[in-house]
Amino acid sequence: MTLPGFPDAAPLAGLAGGVLIGLAAALMLLGAGRIAGVSGIAARAFGIASSSMPRAGAWAFVIGLPLGALIVASFSGGAAPAFAGPVTLAIAGLIVGFGTRLGSGCTSGHGVCGMSRLSQRSLVATATFMITGFATVAAMNALGLEVLP
Amino acid sequence: MIRETLVPLGSGVIFGAGLTLGGMTDPARVRGFLDLFGAWDPTLAFVMGGAVLVMAMAWLLQRRMLRPFFADGFSLPDRNDLTPRLIGGSALFGIGWGIAGLCPGPGIAALAIEPLSAAIFLIAMLVGMFAVRLLEGNA
Repeated sequence: MTLPGFPDAAPLAGLAGGVLIGLAAALMLLGAGRIAGVSGIAARAFGIASSSMPRAGAWAFVIGLPLGALIVASFSGGAAPAFAGPVTLAIAGLIVGFGTRLGSGCTSGHGVCGMSRLSQRSLVATATFMITGFATVAAMNALGLEVLP
Repeated sequence: MIRETLVPLGSGVIFGAGLTLGGMTDPARVRGFLDLFGAWDPTLAFVMGGAVLVMAMAWLLQRRMLRPFFADGFSLPDRNDLTPRLIGGSALFGIGWGIAGLCPGPGIAALAIEPLSAAIFLIAMLVGMFAVRLLEGNA
């Protein structure tokens, strides 16, 4: 199925992926009583942040992410996605790590878990990183900065 | 030990599968979504919509539960204050997200797709996270 006016969009795969993400976050909430916020859990796994979450659990979640990706990627086939070059990835990673710790969350914690409970902090955080995300891509395009091959 | 790790492991696997299926591990897809004023790709709105819808139902259930299924109690954020730190940090995160088209979840999941690229992003991300801890003065 394609979306009229957006030939490259994949709405059904997007929705199915989103439902899986929602189920994963629901399992963490209803099963373990915690927020499935990736930046916080990753920081916990690597001992950067203290948290009441057992470190083994944080590691289990972190290890699960590529395992799940591997399962889907092995079924879907197709061309592997292109990534930015090493310098761009390093700059982006630094800013993402710094920003998510400062802002107490990322797309999963604020965007999925926080917005769905109408947390004021998460609504503002999500609006903020969406706006700067839009602005960043617009600015890079205006400057002719291509990062993906 | 098993109880503490099996639920997060299951959650992580399903989360990683969803990220990949939804296209979030494809930087071109993510940057296409963030290219609001160009060739906009709305796919990620469907990812976010699906995830928030399911999770909103989970929150309704959570309110009726005394404790989680596999833990002794809920451990959830309860802050409601808007701080410059929250907004500044989120603003920075959005910039980093826009630059390479990766956020933390897909960055980790991409270890199974493009290990070297993902590792460079993740090491830098951990350094950035550690820098905040250093600034906080409790390293």
